[in-house]
Amino acid sequence: MKSLFKGALVAAALTVSTFSAGQAEAQTPPGVLLVGQIAEPKSLDPAADTAVNDFRILVNMYDGLVRYKDGTLEVEPDLATSWTISDDGKVYTFKLRDGVTFHDGTPFNAEAVKYNFDRMLDEKHPEHDTGPFPLAFFFSTVDKIDVLDDLTVKFTLKEPYAPFLSNLAYPTGLIVSPTAVQKYGKDFGRHPVGTGPFKFEEWDSNAKVVVSRNDDYWDGAPKLDAVVFRPITDANTRVAELMAGGIDLMVEVPPDSLTNLAGDDNFQVYQQAGPHLWFLILNMKEGPFKDKRVRQAVNYAINKKALVDNVLQGTAEVAAGPTPPAFAWAYDKSLDPYPYDVEKAKQLISDAGATGKEVTFYVTEGGSGMLDPIPMGAAIQADLAKVGLKVKIETYEWNTFLGKVNPGLAGKADMAEMAWMTNDPDTLPYLALRSDAWPDKGGFNSGYYSNPKVDELLEKARTSTDQNERAKLYRDMQQIVHDDAPWAFIANWKQNAVSSSAVKGFKLQPSFFLLLKDVSKE
Amino acid sequence: MHVYILRRLVLMVPVLFGLTVIVFLIMSLIPGDPALAILGSYATPENVAKLRADLGLDKSLISQYWIWLTHMLHGDFGRSYSLNRPVLDEILERFGATLILAGTSLVLCTILGLLTGVVSAVRQYGWADKTLTFVVLIGISVPSFWLGLMMMLLFAVNLRWLPVSGMYAIYGGGDLPDLLRHLVMPSITLAVVATGVIARLTRSNMLEVLRQDYIRTARAKGLDERRVIYRHAFKAALVNVIPVIGVQAGFVLGGAVYIETVFQWPGIGRMLVTAIATRDILLVQGGVVIVAASYVLFNLFADVLQHLIDPRVKA
Repeated sequence: MKSLFKGALVAAALTVSTFSAGQAEAQTPPGVLLVGQIAEPKSLDPAADTAVNDFRILVNMYDGLVRYKDGTLEVEPDLATSWTISDDGKVYTFKLRDGVTFHDGTPFNAEAVKYNFDRMLDEKHPEHDTGPFPLAFFFSTVDKIDVLDDLTVKFTLKEPYAPFLSNLAYPTGLIVSPTAVQKYGKDFGRHPVGTGPFKFEEWDSNAKVVVSRNDDYWDGAPKLDAVVFRPITDANTRVAELMAGGIDLMVEVPPDSLTNLAGDDNFQVYQQAGPHLWFLILNMKEGPFKDKRVRQAVNYAINKKALVDNVLQGTAEVAAGPTPPAFAWAYDKSLDPYPYDVEKAKQLISDAGATGKEVTFYVTEGGSGMLDPIPMGAAIQADLAKVGLKVKIETYEWNTFLGKVNPGLAGKADMAEMAWMTNDPDTLPYLALRSDAWPDKGGFNSGYYSNPKVDELLEKARTSTDQNERAKLYRDMQQIVHDDAPWAFIANWKQNAVSSSAVKGFKLQPSFFLLLKDVSKE
Repeated sequence: MHVYILRRLVLMVPVLFGLTVIVFLIMSLIPGDPALAILGSYATPENVAKLRADLGLDKSLISQYWIWLTHMLHGDFGRSYSLNRPVLDEILERFGATLILAGTSLVLCTILGLLTGVVSAVRQYGWADKTLTFVVLIGISVPSFWLGLMMMLLFAVNLRWLPVSGMYAIYGGGDLPDLLRHLVMPSITLAVVATGVIARLTRSNMLEVLRQDYIRTARAKGLDERRVIYRHAFKAALVNVIPVIGVQAGFVLGGAVYIETVFQWPGIGRMLVTAIATRDILLVQGGVVIVAASYVLFNLFADVLQHLIDPRVKA
């Protein structure tokens, strides 16, 4: 028996030493960046994707007609070199970049642009069956697309729609190769072809997506030879891979690990606030939140600083109003967050006769952009207890939660957690604050806020084609909404990333896209 | 024997059929639907209705189930909408990975469990028995995902002996040594609890057998102790242990769900977790059918093995 054990031990020791010897040989070639993704991509067809995780790959393989200017959420030319907008805001004419070809050799031209949008929008299009295209409604105002000449394309909208350009900069608007779609049909998402800085090499399911440098890229070839995207769903495993050198760059680092890695010279930490808002929807149809004083009291009573510093460990900033500061051009800088003021909150609640009232609070277990919803819900419950509101928490899994919150809170709850990440300052207020956005009318105004002035401002901002005028309208809207307090404004999430110190030239974008063209690895 | 195997195989059909009905019902009854999961923030009722129609979810439950069943019987498991590829392709790839992991774990836990159990029983109350019983108890009690993370920290991050996660190296891998290197930590982690269970069971069965008269007779007639233990006692004890190994196979398959998540093993367990979260009914259905079928088959195999070893168990 003893000899058997000894044998096993020797065998184990031998195995381990062979393995570790082999490990050294399997090194990543220089010039190849390994990126830790949070999940396996669904598809690499930009028209079919909805998740930021997939966008991180897409934006490196494809270009759109326009893109976000570095470090901002303002649009600049990309595959379109210039454009004109008609005075009524309904006709957009784009001049296209000359001499660009897709990775498969197909020329990029006006026909290709028309093909892309027809595929998404026209149910009779021969390749419409390569969908479904869940975000096609981004372009639902498009009435028709005309090819004026090889490098000029005209979009006619059904009605003026100011967010059209920033929707074009969103990954749903990235341009794919028509010949590749025709060739691969439903499997195009696994054989993606674009015009971007990197071209697709291989997709090994649940292991990696590899893209390599496009030497002919019109905006200058990237520095890296290749990028490997690895899906690693477990956050702790992702951190372990980074520490062991299995990946060079990761996003969505857990706050605990971020604190540790920040103090280590081998790693570099990146943070960037994004167009994200974490808020509480307050039910204004019934119950204590019908009274504006109680809604304001909630905003005063919640210690937002403590939430972002302690619960979220500095991975978010305190929010002031309905529009995230990342929309720099439309954000009202004069807006201050509601200060933490327990006395004032108590006073307001007692003035409204709501002291001791019980409120039901919907909390989710997780969900995109929801950060750390359970501890946040508990902290908010404790804060509100201090000012005389008894909060009863009901917790639901994300999909169930959406199924309860989106149809409206009436008859079910008084408040609910929610988070949105958008690409245009129009999106969130237009879909969630207008009177015409009440759930029964197909919107997300689950707390039934209604202010005719806000409605008017938002409608006007949507049809204006002048950015300065739009900015003014959004700022006025923020002032009113801040005071009406249909929501409790809590936090704006900062996206984070960590790379090994060998990675140079990396930068996070407010769009949360992961642009790797100018990154190098030493 | 052949009739017995055939009968068991035929009985699998209603089991699997009932299972698909139950899974389909559960997936339809839990709130939240795929369109909502896909659209997230943009799930306006209008968009949801359109996407539901695109995905064929607007049909009645019965017709959805019927479509799925008839297609599946023709070998078409449908197309996963969360992965945008045929369900069968995904399942076969994933199931292969799980078989490698679970198979290795099962072999590990069987060998280690039997060995530990026998040693413990033979050296009852000796230091070897006490040490092994203590280790086994810890093995059973420690949550395996925690054990997995600790092993990862030690062997992959600090010592750098083993890769952190995945099934093959990203570069220069793909061969058998590479696979084995990636298998070490997940398979051991997955085997720990089952090893403990098998060891304890083997120990108690061995102790019982060793007290039997025929063992005393064997010893009395001067048989070599090794022969007494392995030929006479162990074989008798094994009869009761084998069905439990069959049951452990189920636990190993189940445990693979979180071990696969921790070690990013591209297996079917992790696939099912993701598929449930995204309400990918077709993927869940297909995956569950395959996992259940393999579990039933393995149990059948264990039963057949028991028959072969023990003539007392009649088919």
